[in-house]
Amino acid sequence: MLNKALVAGTLALTAAALTFADVAIARDQIRIVGSSTVFPFAATVAEQFGKATTFKTPVVESTGSGGGLKLFCAGIGERHPDITNASRRIKTSEVKRCAKNGIVDITEVKVGYDGIVLANARTAPAIQLTLRDIFLALAKDIPLADGKTLVNANKTWKDVNPALPATKIEVFGPPPTSGTRDAFVELAMEGGCKSFPWIKALKKQDKKAYKALCHTIREDGAFIEVGENDNLIVQKLVANPKALGIFGFSFLDQNADKVQGSTVGGKAPSFENIADGAYPISRALYFYVKQDHIGAVPGIAEFLSEFVSESAWGPDGYLTDKGLIPMSDKERKDWSTMVKANKKLVM
Amino acid sequence: MTDRLSTKLAARLRKRHRGEKLFRLGGLGAILLAVSFLATLLVSIGVSGYTAFQQTTILLQINLPVDPVNAGYPGLVKKSLREAFPSVSSRRNKKELYRLVSSGAAWEIRNYLTDHPDQAGKTVTVTVTASDDVDMLINGKVSRLDPPQVRRLSDQQVAWIDQIRASGNLKIGFNTNFFFNGDSREPELAGIAAAMAGSFFSLIICLGLAFPLGIMAAIYLEEFASKTRLTSLIEVNINNLAAVPSIVFGLLGLAIFLNFFELPRSAPLVGGMVLALMTLPTIIITGRASLKAVPPSIREAALAIGASKVQSVFHHVLPLALPGVLTGTIIGMARAVGETAPLLMIGMVAFIVDVPKSILEPATALPVQVFLWADAPERAFEERTAATIIVLLVFLMAMNLIAVILRRKFEVRW
Repeated sequence: MLNKALVAGTLALTAAALTFADVAIARDQIRIVGSSTVFPFAATVAEQFGKATTFKTPVVESTGSGGGLKLFCAGIGERHPDITNASRRIKTSEVKRCAKNGIVDITEVKVGYDGIVLANARTAPAIQLTLRDIFLALAKDIPLADGKTLVNANKTWKDVNPALPATKIEVFGPPPTSGTRDAFVELAMEGGCKSFPWIKALKKQDKKAYKALCHTIREDGAFIEVGENDNLIVQKLVANPKALGIFGFSFLDQNADKVQGSTVGGKAPSFENIADGAYPISRALYFYVKQDHIGAVPGIAEFLSEFVSESAWGPDGYLTDKGLIPMSDKERKDWSTMVKANKKLVM
Repeated sequence: MTDRLSTKLAARLRKRHRGEKLFRLGGLGAILLAVSFLATLLVSIGVSGYTAFQQTTILLQINLPVDPVNAGYPGLVKKSLREAFPSVSSRRNKKELYRLVSSGAAWEIRNYLTDHPDQAGKTVTVTVTASDDVDMLINGKVSRLDPPQVRRLSDQQVAWIDQIRASGNLKIGFNTNFFFNGDSREPELAGIAAAMAGSFFSLIICLGLAFPLGIMAAIYLEEFASKTRLTSLIEVNINNLAAVPSIVFGLLGLAIFLNFFELPRSAPLVGGMVLALMTLPTIIITGRASLKAVPPSIREAALAIGASKVQSVFHHVLPLALPGVLTGTIIGMARAVGETAPLLMIGMVAFIVDVPKSILEPATALPVQVFLWADAPERAFEERTAATIIVLLVFLMAMNLIAVILRRKFEVRW
């Protein structure tokens, strides 16, 4: 009795689920993959686009910049995504991989900027840093004046710079898989690193040694990797007022009651300073579109024009509410003209 | 002599008693610690999540347009707010005023007009969702005593909110958005409907595949297969499969279902298939255990009065083993409903606004929604994350309760 009822029930449920399915769909929904930093912005535009037009709301996946470009470059067709977000520019190797799979015509769109901040809890005094301080505090090996290097033995911020407090160096940051980490290493670490004249000279002679010195973060516990969740870093900073954390500007913006950003080179990580480039640790955000899919998947052209509209990415647009730092008026105009003309990416 | 012996004995007895007492205390302590961890977890989720079940709304006087297509709904909201506060003049102040209601308000008015076409051209009162910052202030997640940059509302905005509240146009009600909307980047509009639908479809597929397959495999292995090297090899492998990390099943799904069979990405169909692979070993193992628990006398009695082997199994053994099988299945399902890792690989960790209506449309699942919102910068997502966890926990508890009831009701003790 019981088993008969059960078998019947299971069959009915499966049948119900299968009848719901409309078989063999040609994709009528835009698919976006890529960077977790651009994800909130792409998702916001997708949502607006879905509400304001009759097209379906695009599906946005957060796969990381590298993972997104891998999926993007896998081929043309409805199984492959139309757009990928990146918190860095596409690499030549990735363009080559795309070309190998038949994706030659790519539209590049620069979205705006994102600042990377070093913040601590509001309960502790704010800290004034320079790029050189950051490098000397977090590098694995630190340079001496005469072209030699030494394993980093700085224990406190005071060891780095006598003007800083004598608290232990303890920095929460993202893991190497994260685009934020890449950008932090390239902008902050390298920026501080090449403030030593002999290292700057080294870049021309031995690029590998230069990179190894400038890009390697210490592994003795002063730099603590905390997954890709920036909210977790904020929580850890509140629990530990002596520590600093590295994350994107939008999290500082949303958690201004809990954490404060350190100034870098005398510039506070504010909206204005990142927008005009005064704050040194900021990066550009991009997304890439397959031109072969425009027209094949409905709505891509309309989605692009929504993204590059002033009401979205302009200084008063809804993306700035989400923490995007807009480009200058001229840059926005140039990019929007290029996007509308379907200008192809040339490396 | 006897005295010395008895003191020695007494000392040993004391020692044994002490040992027993310590063990009991240790056990009790372990349980208390576990219970207190669980209580802390539940209380902290409950405290941070319960406010998400209510939502602040604002009543606006809207002059509905005659032409519903080119109406410019965002402008209608702004106009209505300006009329409610005629003294606001500077551009900056107007912008602050518009921030009191959600950006979704315009679409709520459009939906109102679609539902009430006869009201076109009239001035009516429409309930629109307040912005997340207002909601946080009303439900007490931020205090009005905090400095303006902390509560993300200016003194002026707080004054307006008080004014709206005094006029009775601010309502606090059940958060329907949370249960009937898909995902959104605006916390006040975000809901779990798409995730619930995705979880539902995936579970149906998972159950539909794993239950019959698992039971058939268990019956065959337990009742029909002869004990050879091959069957014991299969047995060992099934036990190993049950311990494989779930992300591996996700990779398998990516390689086979997506890349080889070219099934659509992010579809609950694929999610359900991956989860079925994951639950199959659990169902087979529990199924075999409960079949084994049925005494051989039942089988022998059936065979003795002339039943075939299949008849003895399906008429007598399986019904008696079914409560155990079902318990195992439900526990397997409960694990599947809380799984994120395998879904990550097949693209179900995605921003999905439209609620899926079929097993082929893109969808997420409840635990995935938790994962996505936990990573969002907006503060109001914190309470929604906790609320989603509450919903998920309620589902899990309900499923486990059903398992317990089934066992109680149908279990036969020998």
